[in-house]
Amino acid sequence: MNARFALAGCALLAFGASVAAASPEEDRTAFVRTFQQRFPGIALDDYVHGGFMFSRASRSHYDDIMAFPPFLGDIERGKVLWDTPFRNGRTYAECLPDGGRNLAGTYPRFSAAENRVITFEMLLNRCRRDNGEAEYRYDDRATMGVLTAYARSLSDGMRMDIKVDGAAALAKYEEGRRLFFRRIGQMNFACSNCHLDNAGKVMRMETISPAVGQAVHFPVFRGGDELYTLHMRYTRCMMQVRAQPFPAGSEAFNNLEYFHSYLSNGLPLQASVYRR
Amino acid sequence: MFVAWVAVAATSSAAAADLPGRAIAHDQEKGNCLACHRMPADPGAETGATLGPPLADIKRRYPDRAALRAQIWDASVKNPATIMPPYGRHRILSEAEIDLVTEYIHGL
Repeated sequence: MNARFALAGCALLAFGASVAAASPEEDRTAFVRTFQQRFPGIALDDYVHGGFMFSRASRSHYDDIMAFPPFLGDIERGKVLWDTPFRNGRTYAECLPDGGRNLAGTYPRFSAAENRVITFEMLLNRCRRDNGEAEYRYDDRATMGVLTAYARSLSDGMRMDIKVDGAAALAKYEEGRRLFFRRIGQMNFACSNCHLDNAGKVMRMETISPAVGQAVHFPVFRGGDELYTLHMRYTRCMMQVRAQPFPAGSEAFNNLEYFHSYLSNGLPLQASVYRR
Repeated sequence: MFVAWVAVAATSSAAAADLPGRAIAHDQEKGNCLACHRMPADPGAETGATLGPPLADIKRRYPDRAALRAQIWDASVKNPATIMPPYGRHRILSEAEIDLVTEYIHGL
């Protein structure tokens, strides 16, 4: 893996002045308007299906797999972790408001007290820490991966509702936004090059998904059984453009997820789903 | 007429298939051209890509082979918004590999 050009090159072009230095809500509406003009006739709620939203054939392939998801064993393993009490006898459900139901769609949140973005996975780890357990690694499929896949299923269908209130929160949002538009890696791609400028086009055999609708459907099971959390997917993207990847759980990814999730505000969470 | 066209196409694709630049262009760890471009003149080039323009009619579009090479070396010189990786500037391919890929693409 050649990472010589990690973070080299910096071009924030392509999307024009309409999105530069805008408020989060102006960003979101500009993204949505751009996509809806490009893809007339596709309902916004269908954006949660990513690349599968573009054709009846690919959508039916998706529906067939989702009728008998090959990854149910992983969700079940996540439920076992969720249901198993900590050594002090308490549980995740007791640690979280409303037993953790309809919660994931309000994360990431900005914590003013800590001046940082808190993801849903960090919230799960804080339950562990506060109850005397070791935190899980954010790139570990067997623990955090399956746990968050189950925990997010308790929020299936809730509408994404991310808030960016105040200058300090906005600063984190903008850090994430800058990474989204920054060209990185030997291949010199920004997230925006594919998932804004070229969404709907085909890379080799796969249709590129739009940035709106992505953050609501993680973790995904690629190929039906390979779990990727959103941060693991970010890492994979960075490897594909031959950049030195940030680790899952890093502040850079937390801020990116904050921006990225805001773009999907109003869309229903999907936990968990198949992707190719 | 049709037979003649088929014969010409077969000849040119057979010639292209023999070029060492073809393997570099098709290698997913090297040129990976098929991730973004179709190559209608190369029947072995399997892709559904629509990201970049089809690589066809290249001799007419780039009568000067050096201009084609420059485009592969760093497409952002002509178009700063391009998403084509800068194969030369970022040393994704060596200068010798770019020469070979240029020769192959120029025949498409």
